[in-house]
Amino acid sequence: MPLSSLPVLLFLAIAVAIPLVGLVLAWILRPAVGGKTKRLPYECGIDPEGDVRDRYSVRYYIIAILFVVFDVEVVFLFPWAVLYEHLLLFGFIEMMVFLAILILGYIYVWKKGALEWA
Amino acid sequence: MVELFMQYLLWPLVKIIVVVLFLVLMVMAMTYAERKVVAHIQVRLGPMRVGWHGILQPVADTVKLLFKEDIIPIKADLPVFILAPILVAIPAFLVFAVIPFGPAPFYIADINVGILFVLAISSFGILAILLGGWAANSKYPFMGGLRSCAQMISYELPMGLAVVSVLLVAQNLSLVSIVEWQQKSGWWLFALQPVAFVIYFICGVAETNRCPFDLPEAESELVGGFHTEYSGLRFAFFFMAEYINMVAISALTVVLFLGGWLRPFPNVAWLSFLDYVPPVVWFLLKTFFFLYLYLWIRGTFPRYRFDQLMAVGWKWFLPITLANCIVTAGVLLFFYYR
Repeated sequence: MPLSSLPVLLFLAIAVAIPLVGLVLAWILRPAVGGKTKRLPYECGIDPEGDVRDRYSVRYYIIAILFVVFDVEVVFLFPWAVLYEHLLLFGFIEMMVFLAILILGYIYVWKKGALEWA
Repeated sequence: MVELFMQYLLWPLVKIIVVVLFLVLMVMAMTYAERKVVAHIQVRLGPMRVGWHGILQPVADTVKLLFKEDIIPIKADLPVFILAPILVAIPAFLVFAVIPFGPAPFYIADINVGILFVLAISSFGILAILLGGWAANSKYPFMGGLRSCAQMISYELPMGLAVVSVLLVAQNLSLVSIVEWQQKSGWWLFALQPVAFVIYFICGVAETNRCPFDLPEAESELVGGFHTEYSGLRFAFFFMAEYINMVAISALTVVLFLGGWLRPFPNVAWLSFLDYVPPVVWFLLKTFFFLYLYLWIRGTFPRYRFDQLMAVGWKWFLPITLANCIVTAGVLLFFYYR
């Protein structure tokens, strides 16, 4: 690792220290919590009903999977974009082939209705 | 040895402390500005009691939050519950390690993968928000956390693609080099990449969970979103991270598209009297403009519905930014590199 990124590590150390110091300070200053009812999960004043970690909409999974696919694509575009002036026509055609496959998948996903939320 | 110590530890330490103090000050100023600006947009006065025109309100808020009792829900996942606010604060600060506030001495580090570093670190914030929503074991935070996560990952894609089209033009990952490229070419990148510029900032608004994309904390349906069960300083960290992220997005928009620390029209000779204003001031002025834009947007637009939000991200921004990349690459190839 180049020496020039040493300050980043230093910043990391300080960024970790800030919330820790803050929490210790608040721990010293704040009063104790009173009562068990106060610590019940908030549900607009009614006693909590049912379990939280229940089944939820499958669309969140679909979005997460699509995100992984497209994010890998974006990551793949980064080095290509930075070296574009050296790759030129060859790089352009290569990337268009890659994107064409991806866009085909995108159209498929759209037609299948995976992007609909209703 | 002493020189190395000075160059890589002592100097950066001083800069880091200045930047951290600046950020904390910005958070306080932004909470005040937000309440004042939105209040005046809605023909109200906003905070008026604490100090002249309520100027000391952020100080009072900080003290109040420090002294608040710490409520941890009974069924909470304790380690995760404690970890989440810490995890959300760290990346928020860390992004500023590579943001150049001005030329040579005015940045902490100029690493050669600057923009990748920023994107990678800011993704950590999503994780922290998901953990925070999950840990409380309460329904509103859970739903808020899920929504928040889905929204942020969806808008990260067009954001990344907008950055790619900037990289195609500037041919460099380092933020300092991107600004220097704009100086050399005499063009601020928003003029060359208007589509990427607009979409980048809109995605930035969505990434920071701000109005009109503040679905995760839609008060009318989800109470407080992912931080409903947090109180005191833990709540403050989520809040602080949101504001620092706003500053980061504004600063990045300025660096990537508005010439960073450069004055307007950097290569026009007869405007050189503008150089009397220090570069850092130019940078801050532009950043403040975008921060004001955040508040302006909040005071103007109604909130999106969640399905509309996802549709805008996936069906509009993603194809538009992708097309923008392809067109940029094509134009560069056939008209510039010939």
